[in-house]
Amino acid sequence: MTVLTQSAPARTERQYQFSWADAGPFLALVALLALGFLVNPDFLSVTNLSNVITRSAYVAIIAVGATFVISSGGLDLSVGSMVAFIAGITIMFMNMMAPSLGLWAIPAGMAIAVVTGLLCGLANGVIVTVGKIEPFIATLGTMGIFRALITYMTNGGTIPIDKSLREAYRPVYFGTLGGIPIPILISAIVAVLGAFVLYKTKYGRRCAAVGANEDVARYSGISVIKTRTIAYVIQGACVAIAAICYVPRLGAATPTTGQLWELQVITAVVIGGTALRGGKGRIWGTIAGAVILELIANLMVLSDFVSEYLVAAVQGVIIIIAMLVQRFSK
Amino acid sequence: MSIAARIDGDSAVAPAAGISVGPAVLRAEGLSKQYGAVTVLSDVTLDIQPGEIHAIIGENGAGKSTFMRLLSGYIEPTEGTLSMAGHRVRFSRPDQAQAAGIALVHQEILLADALSVTDNLFLGRELTKGGLVDDARMRRLAAAKLAELGCEVSATSLVRDISLADRQLVQIARALLDEHRVVIFDEPTAVLTGGEVERLLTIIFELKARGIAVLYISHRLDEVQRLADKVSVLRDGKLVGTYPGHTLTQIDMARLMVGRELNALYPQKQATRTDQPMLSVRNAVVPGFVEDVSFTVHKGEILGFAGMIGAGRTELFEGMLGLRPGTATVELNGAPVRIRSQREAMEAGIGYLTEDRKGKGLLLQERLGPNLTLSALANFHPGLIVRRDREARALAQAISSYDIRLKSLGVRAGQLSGGNQQKLLLAKVLLSDPSVVIIDEPTRGIDIANKAQIYGFIQDLVRQGKACIVISSEMQELVGICDRVIVMREGRISGEVSGETMTESNIALLATSSRAHVAQGGTK
Repeated sequence: MTVLTQSAPARTERQYQFSWADAGPFLALVALLALGFLVNPDFLSVTNLSNVITRSAYVAIIAVGATFVISSGGLDLSVGSMVAFIAGITIMFMNMMAPSLGLWAIPAGMAIAVVTGLLCGLANGVIVTVGKIEPFIATLGTMGIFRALITYMTNGGTIPIDKSLREAYRPVYFGTLGGIPIPILISAIVAVLGAFVLYKTKYGRRCAAVGANEDVARYSGISVIKTRTIAYVIQGACVAIAAICYVPRLGAATPTTGQLWELQVITAVVIGGTALRGGKGRIWGTIAGAVILELIANLMVLSDFVSEYLVAAVQGVIIIIAMLVQRFSK
Repeated sequence: MSIAARIDGDSAVAPAAGISVGPAVLRAEGLSKQYGAVTVLSDVTLDIQPGEIHAIIGENGAGKSTFMRLLSGYIEPTEGTLSMAGHRVRFSRPDQAQAAGIALVHQEILLADALSVTDNLFLGRELTKGGLVDDARMRRLAAAKLAELGCEVSATSLVRDISLADRQLVQIARALLDEHRVVIFDEPTAVLTGGEVERLLTIIFELKARGIAVLYISHRLDEVQRLADKVSVLRDGKLVGTYPGHTLTQIDMARLMVGRELNALYPQKQATRTDQPMLSVRNAVVPGFVEDVSFTVHKGEILGFAGMIGAGRTELFEGMLGLRPGTATVELNGAPVRIRSQREAMEAGIGYLTEDRKGKGLLLQERLGPNLTLSALANFHPGLIVRRDREARALAQAISSYDIRLKSLGVRAGQLSGGNQQKLLLAKVLLSDPSVVIIDEPTRGIDIANKAQIYGFIQDLVRQGKACIVISSEMQELVGICDRVIVMREGRISGEVSGETMTESNIALLATSSRAHVAQGGTK
């Protein structure tokens, strides 16, 4: 039998369709900025905005990694304590090397931070994929481990960075390049890289496929274990970069460093439009989400309407609204 | 809304000459359903009499499911009315239709795996005594209902432990738990084979004997022919007509559904088969499913695999391809190959189309391009980056070569009809140009026009010198397209038929009886 020779109904139509769910985080961002301006015109000043975005940088950087983990169908609760753990290791290493390497101890320490981050991510990934343990439980376990390790390393107190290194390291958080604070530059680079990997590469495709339907991915010849593990490794690298930016801010690591960041990170990812059940990642939405969280906190400090003690409550309301928007905007 | 304007809509039932018109237990009048500007069902008027088996047939997208969902309260009509025994009824929720005596047996198995059979039967309408659930009474009633249906599972076993066919029976038992006046079956035999289908048909005849009206939706026209007192045909959301069942042949039904003269469903067989072995599998073992199976498929050959559900056909190939634990010695074109994962299978040149296209074949939320290239990512996009231009070209190519019908290029795979999904899945697997193509249930849940096309594509494959293995529960289909059929039973090959011996009855015999003797069947 011959195949029907009917002309295919393929039309040249734009593949992109506007969706309120995708635009939501950016619209919310604009709305917040407008609201902020009404409350206090200083809100939109360059100084204030650049402060806010700088403060949101760590959460944004970590959340880029979390976007990979969550869109591949995983979850990582350990990021907050991982920041503290990596910061501790990094400071101890830098302090140890300062006498022999001088200022070179700083880049060496940064390299150690990245290696530690990759290894921590790999550990999480392997426990989840090879060990076949629910991501929630597996990273709940490593969260406790990392937190306990930093508490043990600091002996319950703080590990300050060596005085000889402090001045040289300061600019990584406080410095600017071409007028733009360095943490903002770093998070922009991380976001661009993340968006490139997630949207343009084969790995990004596989990551979303594994998150959307593990069976389909497996039957398509994709290694689910490899794909998921790499997502956790990317997460580890992002946490390390965030830790590198964070160390000069306080100049020390403490047992409370990065506490509850995992919640902020997950909130940023989810209000950014990434599906918590996997399959759909939105890097730029995540960045918007991280900025929104910090903007709300800032707005509440600048205004007198609501006590700043209620920041977490407002953020909680935001995440619920974001989920409702996702649900009802189909 | 206006009823007066719809009364002349009766003409739609015109061809039903010679059928006595008694009091209809259920009457749909001018039933229409629109979603925005799209009309999915238009002006359907139909009478269902007590004690009749009324089949509704039509291609996918003809409006069958919409019609059923309107009758059973899952959706509300845009226009038109329903009446039962002469009284107007309106359903805005399924439980209202239930209460009025209309039960729907769903096509998909909708049961809670972790609960017992009894718990599932009474889910949402548990019997209570003094405010507490009355387990003993529910178990007793459940056991009685199951016995009535000839289902032998215990009322206390967990649903996850019983077979697919028994689950279907449990689902039917659930629908029949209360007394009903109308029972709607939506493709009840899609997951059943041979004897299980017979058991279901017996149940349906018993319902009829008790004066219950049965609405029966099926793609299997042979069943419709055996069962139906009346056949109503839907096409493009409109009722083509209602016909006395026994006057229609299967070809008549197919013609009415498609609305044009249908060429033969199965393509003319071609002598493309050679004696050159392409894929040979020795001593395949899949623990729990397959014991020691060996076979060879030749270049240009379509080899069928028949058997009942649970015979181990799918498991054999999934084990061989590294999708589940198993061992086999595999030779491709005479050279041994090691296959431990689906990736290695694809690299070796073996493509596999899963029977579960929605669960394992396609990313339903994803657009067509990424679906098409998903398994070929590695060779399709050299380097790190996904080449969207190539992907778009490949998609345009696939759409035209496989005649995939779509509303726009931006649609998600889940929005395609079953037939078009299957064509997309075929295109996806063939994108890496395998030399052996294994297709599990090529036409399950697909309408007749798409079926014919898919058979044509399969024949094109072997004409290009590939070898093709078709696993199917439809024996007619295997006989229609295969050069040779291997029959499996309980994890082993029970026989092989080809040429003269390749008949449905021989295959059925080999699939069901332990010591079948098929004349000249080259049994191994």
